[in-house]
Amino acid sequence: MADISPYTEARPSQAGKIALRWGLYLLLGLFAIFYLMPLFVMVMTSLKSLDEIRTGDLISLPREVTFDAWRTAWSGACTGIQCEGMRPYFWNSMLIAIPGVAISTLLGAMNGYVISQWNFRGANIIFSLMLFGCFIPFQVVLLPMARMLGMMGIAGTIPGLIFVHVIYGLGFTTLFFRNYYVSIPSELTKAAKVDGAGFFRIFWSIFLPLSIPIIVVTVIWQFTQIWNDFLFGVSFSQAGTQPVTVALNNIVNSTTGVKEYNVDMAAAIIAALPTLLVYVVAGKYFVRGLTAGSVKG
Amino acid sequence: MIKWLEDNTPKMVLAPSFIAVLIFVYGFIAWTAWVSLTRSRLLPKYEIEGFIQYDRLFASPRWDTAFTNLFIFGILFIVIAMILGLLLAILLDQNIRTEGALRTIYLYPMALSMIVTGTAWKWILNPGLGLEATVRGWGYENFTFDWLVNPDMAIYTIVIAAIWQSSGFVMALFLAGLRSVDGEIIKAAQVDGIPTWRVYTAIIIPSMAPIFLSAFIVLSHLAIKSFDLVIALTGGGPGYATDLPATYMYAMAFSRGDIGQAASSAMIMMMVVFTIVVPYLYSELRSKDG
Repeated sequence: MADISPYTEARPSQAGKIALRWGLYLLLGLFAIFYLMPLFVMVMTSLKSLDEIRTGDLISLPREVTFDAWRTAWSGACTGIQCEGMRPYFWNSMLIAIPGVAISTLLGAMNGYVISQWNFRGANIIFSLMLFGCFIPFQVVLLPMARMLGMMGIAGTIPGLIFVHVIYGLGFTTLFFRNYYVSIPSELTKAAKVDGAGFFRIFWSIFLPLSIPIIVVTVIWQFTQIWNDFLFGVSFSQAGTQPVTVALNNIVNSTTGVKEYNVDMAAAIIAALPTLLVYVVAGKYFVRGLTAGSVKG
Repeated sequence: MIKWLEDNTPKMVLAPSFIAVLIFVYGFIAWTAWVSLTRSRLLPKYEIEGFIQYDRLFASPRWDTAFTNLFIFGILFIVIAMILGLLLAILLDQNIRTEGALRTIYLYPMALSMIVTGTAWKWILNPGLGLEATVRGWGYENFTFDWLVNPDMAIYTIVIAAIWQSSGFVMALFLAGLRSVDGEIIKAAQVDGIPTWRVYTAIIIPSMAPIFLSAFIVLSHLAIKSFDLVIALTGGGPGYATDLPATYMYAMAFSRGDIGQAASSAMIMMMVVFTIVVPYLYSELRSKDG
């Protein structure tokens, strides 16, 4: 009898299925190697001496493990004329990121609360205008911002960089909280109002306790953004206030003396550690921020 | 009075952010647009002179390279990252026992700064000591991989590094999409004896059209803003072979002292983003209201 399904003959046998399975895992493993390779190379290079780097190859294990490059990268590598390593810039980035994250998250929470729960005429237009701010290429605000920071007397300072990061982070933090609060029924706010609770009281006692997950997402998102920022850092800092990404780039491109590839790699890992740590500890929230920022944007 | 205060508290809370966005986003865009129409050089001038800066821009061979590079880089980056991301998502969707660990591995580059990524790949692609030397060390004496210092090929090194950084993110987007497809339909298709690849091409992938769109928006946005990666990986070189509009703008603004060119190139970048993002945002906001 003729087979009526056009697909039956294409069905793989049992042996074929097992082979397919192995092929699948092999492919996934190869991709894993592709993504891990640069990190592996960085770590290996940072643990080798310069002599070994010149004679050995990229992926070999160090014959003799040395932490000299790490020490130099942290406290002795030169960024142009100064030779203080990554340490001062690492702290600069912390000084920028911590207040920057805190202020933009708090403002985003308040804004999201107003837009989603205290809907007044024009609130949606305001939200659209703020949302659009997330998408502009920042090149378009660099020149006037440089002048504005000068006029405000905070050009080249850490408060200046905090200010810039708060302003251009607001769109995203507002978006995160607005999308989160919009799913909370407005009856809750109405009932609380009837009971005599005011605007801030409702925010403080009802909304904030409900917000832990979205606060975590927002904090991680903002921290990653601010820590990894280079454009604002390089445009609005001066010697002494540069963030860690700018210092890393200066160390790598410093033209004085011998090129110390092991120091470059150690410095790169130092610059990457905080965000990597956040990713490893709270990867779930990191991914949620990424997808919230794009799918619902 | 108290009643008025109570009624207007929400507006007053939102007002500072709104004013800040009006000034620092829209006001600044207007400033840049204005200055792009003047003869500004080292200092901004405010007499409108027409489109001379744009004429200069499009007559400049360096801008020509930067703008062409944006399309080479942007198209390759977006297309390959999407294909790779979709492939990884489909592979991971086959009941893989180590899925969690693999997902973590594929996505971690997204947590890194582009400067870190650029630094790492600059070292790997270093012709003297990196991959090229390593493969030669294995006995392939004639192996050459000098893209980083080859003006014709250097732009592709940026594509490679950018894909390495962002494809895991595309995977995460698609994986979320795959998981939200109705399982009943897939089961029904399998019961009918339709092979897995057909289930994907005919049922699952078409139902993920909105995710393709968001991935496209995010990736094109990343491509246009790419600045750090170029600075760290090639510095725009050799010569200005790997310049992108973002690095061109920065060079004009902060090292060449040519504010007019900086402003006009920034406006072009803005318009490219506009043409991609505005229709998307518009449809998103409309569908939310509805």
